[in-house]
Amino acid sequence: MIVLENVSKVFETKKGRVEAVKDVNLHVKKGEIHGVIGYSGAGKSTLIRCVNLLEKPTTGKVFINGEEITSLNSGKLAEKRKHIGMIFQGFNLLKTATVYDNIAIPLKLIGLNKTEVENRVKKYLDIVGLSEKVNSYPSQLSGGQKQRVAIARALSQEPEILLSDEATSALDPETTDSILDLLLKINIELGITILLITHEMNVIQKICDYVYVMENGDIVEQGSAIDLFTKPERETTKKFLNTIAQRKLSPSLINQLQGTGSVLRLTFVGESTGQPLLAAVSKQFDVSPNILTANIIELKNGIVGNIVIHLEGDQKHIRDSLQFLKEKGVGVEELEG
Amino acid sequence: MERYQQFTEQWLPIIGKAMIETFQMVGISLLFSVIIGIPLGILLVLTRPGQAMANKWIYQLLNLLINIIRSVPFIILLFFILPFTKLIVGTTIGVQGVIVPLVIYTAPYIARLMESSLLEVDSGVLEAYEAMGIPTRQIIWHVMLREARPSIILGLTIATVGLIGATAMAGLVGAGGLGDLAYRFGHLRYEVDVMYATVLILIILVQSIQSIGNRLSARLKKD
Ligand SMILES: Nc1ncnc2c1ncn2[C@@H]1O[C@H](COP(=O)(O)OP(=O)(O)OP(=O)(O)O)[C@@H](O)[C@H]1O
Ligand SMILES: [Mg+2]
Repeated sequence: MIVLENVSKVFETKKGRVEAVKDVNLHVKKGEIHGVIGYSGAGKSTLIRCVNLLEKPTTGKVFINGEEITSLNSGKLAEKRKHIGMIFQGFNLLKTATVYDNIAIPLKLIGLNKTEVENRVKKYLDIVGLSEKVNSYPSQLSGGQKQRVAIARALSQEPEILLSDEATSALDPETTDSILDLLLKINIELGITILLITHEMNVIQKICDYVYVMENGDIVEQGSAIDLFTKPERETTKKFLNTIAQRKLSPSLINQLQGTGSVLRLTFVGESTGQPLLAAVSKQFDVSPNILTANIIELKNGIVGNIVIHLEGDQKHIRDSLQFLKEKGVGVEELEG
Repeated sequence: MERYQQFTEQWLPIIGKAMIETFQMVGISLLFSVIIGIPLGILLVLTRPGQAMANKWIYQLLNLLINIIRSVPFIILLFFILPFTKLIVGTTIGVQGVIVPLVIYTAPYIARLMESSLLEVDSGVLEAYEAMGIPTRQIIWHVMLREARPSIILGLTIATVGLIGATAMAGLVGAGGLGDLAYRFGHLRYEVDVMYATVLILIILVQSIQSIGNRLSARLKKD
């Protein structure tokens, strides 16, 4: 659906060259929600703006539905853009227009007739749950409501793809959740493919199928959300994971505990919980597990559980226990102080 | 009371005529200044570096031209362009003769005010429309100008008040008007009553234009 091939973007500024995006490849499949996460300045906005060519890539190609759009003339590009909706952190609504006009004006400009415009405004305001605000002005709406209007505006063009540039970053946690629910709903009910960028791990957690971690213009790690949450490799990825579930223990505590056994992080995927396995381990191998921290993360496509345990016992028993847990499909990582 | 009646009988027709002349000068000059100044302002914004039709040469040339005209005091401009005025309207005196210098004086001013109004429009909104595949021409008209309306109206109000001031000097080429009346009778002939009356009318005029402008702008502005 969306394919980026070796896309790079270099800005020539007075202070020198800025390589905002470096040789990025990505592939968003139809009907999926993919997320790019990274710190400020990583090049996320530049990357997503390359998808609809608001930013022209310095090198590389962009394909939408198999068609290369990087070489289109401006008329054809405009046509293609009508199938790609976009929402922004700052909502970008007309201040001087009502909610109705904010959705209706672009529809009129793309040449829809009056009844069609009316129907679509009504339909999509309904979908975003804002029908009663049809005559309000943006200044009379909350941030979450403004983003709903922006989403309705994007949807009313009936796009196949929605790009979201930090759409929830200006919102409080509760409003963020409600907007994420809405994005999930339009993905499932309308089948719209979504590419979003964010610096908040909970956005990835709640709605993404696939994740790219971006750092200094590079995609340094990517994978399904479940893989990334269970087997993060890069330091940046781990730091982002720490923002939603504390995964760290202090080195001094680990050192102290290692005197009498091992400190392990066990990762479970799916419905299986750790409890019965730990009971089995302690019975079978003469070790005693002691739970230090535990949490459960609900992802779009599954549940990931994390338990950090202190496994007391002699070396051999501990080794056998680890083998047993791995055979049962549990991710095991030994923590060092 | 008698004095008042005598005053109105003697001066009302003269003041009335001067008012009409002022309205004519302001109205016609404003019309042409807007017709020239608004597209010029749009051009300034579009050719600015980094904008939709960025063009260093056009932008710098316009900039220079506007700055030059804006640095010449109106009274100098009035005489300086006499030959040009003659060429365009065939005369250099009367209301007709003063329209050309007034327009040349005001249009660049309006272009600058337009420029700053348009630059205030949130570029994110323009980008959102670009992302929807809407052509630049329509974005200018339906987004940029629309969003800038409250500020454009305030700018036009300022320009109109400035224009009224400039018409006072138009008396020098025999164009008449309220300012000229106040100057000729009040200052040269010491008919202070006429001067006070005229100045009062000018104050009321400027006040009303400003408050109409403010109100209109506030009505269009929705935040
Ligand atoms: N138009 C531009 N001209 C010059 N440099 C730019 C431009 N746009 C972005 N950059 C630079 O490119 C780099 C990446 O910026 P970008 O906005 O893509 O980051 P980001 O990941 O979206 O950050 P944030 O989370 O703060 O929005 C930054 O160093 C930025 O300064
Ligand atoms: Mg950004």
